[in-house]
Amino acid sequence: MIREAEILVIGGGPAGLCAAAAAASLGARVLVCERDYVPGGQLVKQTHKFFGSEKQYAGDRGIHIGRLLVENALADPNIEILTEATVLGIYEDGIVTVLHDNRHIKIRPQKTIVTTGASEKFLAFPGNDLPGIYGAGAVQTLMNVAGVRPAERVLMVGAGNIGLIVSYQLMQAGVEVAGVIEAAPKIGGYLVHASKIRRAGVPIRTGYTVKEAHGNGKLEGVTICKLDDNWQQIPGTEEEIACDTLCLAVGLTPLTELCWQAGCEMAFIRELSGHVPLVDENLETTVSGIYAAGDVSGIEEASSAMVEGRLAGFAAAESLGYEAERARELKAAAAAELSELRSGPAGARILAGLTKASGLLASKKGGQAVC
Amino acid sequence: MRIDQHPILEFDRGEKVSFFYNGQEIEGYTEETIAAALHAAGVRTLGHSPELHRPRGLFCAIGNCSSCFMTVDGQPNVRVCVTKVKAGMHVEEQEGKGVIRND
Repeated sequence: MIREAEILVIGGGPAGLCAAAAAASLGARVLVCERDYVPGGQLVKQTHKFFGSEKQYAGDRGIHIGRLLVENALADPNIEILTEATVLGIYEDGIVTVLHDNRHIKIRPQKTIVTTGASEKFLAFPGNDLPGIYGAGAVQTLMNVAGVRPAERVLMVGAGNIGLIVSYQLMQAGVEVAGVIEAAPKIGGYLVHASKIRRAGVPIRTGYTVKEAHGNGKLEGVTICKLDDNWQQIPGTEEEIACDTLCLAVGLTPLTELCWQAGCEMAFIRELSGHVPLVDENLETTVSGIYAAGDVSGIEEASSAMVEGRLAGFAAAESLGYEAERARELKAAAAAELSELRSGPAGARILAGLTKASGLLASKKGGQAVC
Repeated sequence: MRIDQHPILEFDRGEKVSFFYNGQEIEGYTEETIAAALHAAGVRTLGHSPELHRPRGLFCAIGNCSSCFMTVDGQPNVRVCVTKVKAGMHVEEQEGKGVIRND
């Protein structure tokens, strides 16, 4: 049996839930497929307070924002959320296949919004597969969702915002943080986060990387070493750090398998942290009726993912004929909000990436041969 | 070890039940994932790699990376990081790709 849907949203994180709410507010009926057993995406583990403006819930903790988005979606009669529903493929005939409840189900959506988010990057070094080496998100899930102490003593790799925030959260959960190392010559995250953990006595060492991890069947220690100006390891600078956990906070990359598989035009854009689908001003990909919003189309903050989700939701509903005039106003308001969010120094990089992407899209649409 | 006191969070773990890890009875909670319950019990090795038989543990904890595949009630390749504990279930370390049993 094929299930019909007006709008299918793939991924129930901040972008997906906001897309669903936006489309539903204009009258469209939305089905959200979420692979986890609980919607909310990565917000469910984020105990820190958000920056941004009031519209993106600044000052509130990620967990509360997530709860609010989920409650609103569950209360909306136009939205249905399927959890433990992993989307497997998007096919030429418009059918989307999903693994749900150990069954293979088929959905025929009129519009699809891909909000699959991102996955954590990995680092190459000997011993990197030992149990005890986790992505920063995994450590957050264990301690903030499950309430399980993930480590006795941890070394954090990466002094961006995630590395700094998760280090602080580890201390809140009673874990000893041996230190934070960062390959770049300076701390990438906000200094307010860095100061908090430094004040607690945790060293942040820039210009250092992991040389190798060791242990018998599980992680027991890590060798770190200094990097020169060309990111090469300097022999003789090795140091041993005893730890049972190594936490990698070395960035995220867009989770784009479904976009590739659906045939969306993709491009590698460094500023957006990987391969991304090229999208127009409605966040519609080059495959008609498939939209992409949030981290899947470029790694940014949850606040911009929420606004992008809204924009895509309004656009998808508009294309189905719902409240065209109002949709246009709401889309313009969302676009203005995004510009405001990207107006800071961190936004410059994103804007540069988006400019590259739209240039590529224009050249494809202009019919130029690109090969 | 489970966190009892946290400055921001409270944990609703559900009902305490027991299940089996490699045949050994251990405790978990119904609102917990298998990975979390094993971790709380000090178990970090969840399986072994297909070629070199190196130990495998959790990496992403959101059902993305395939590092946590275990055999659960005879079914291989279960992502235990997104599968909840059930009373009496049998969870086993998986060797390589796992085998589907036809019984």
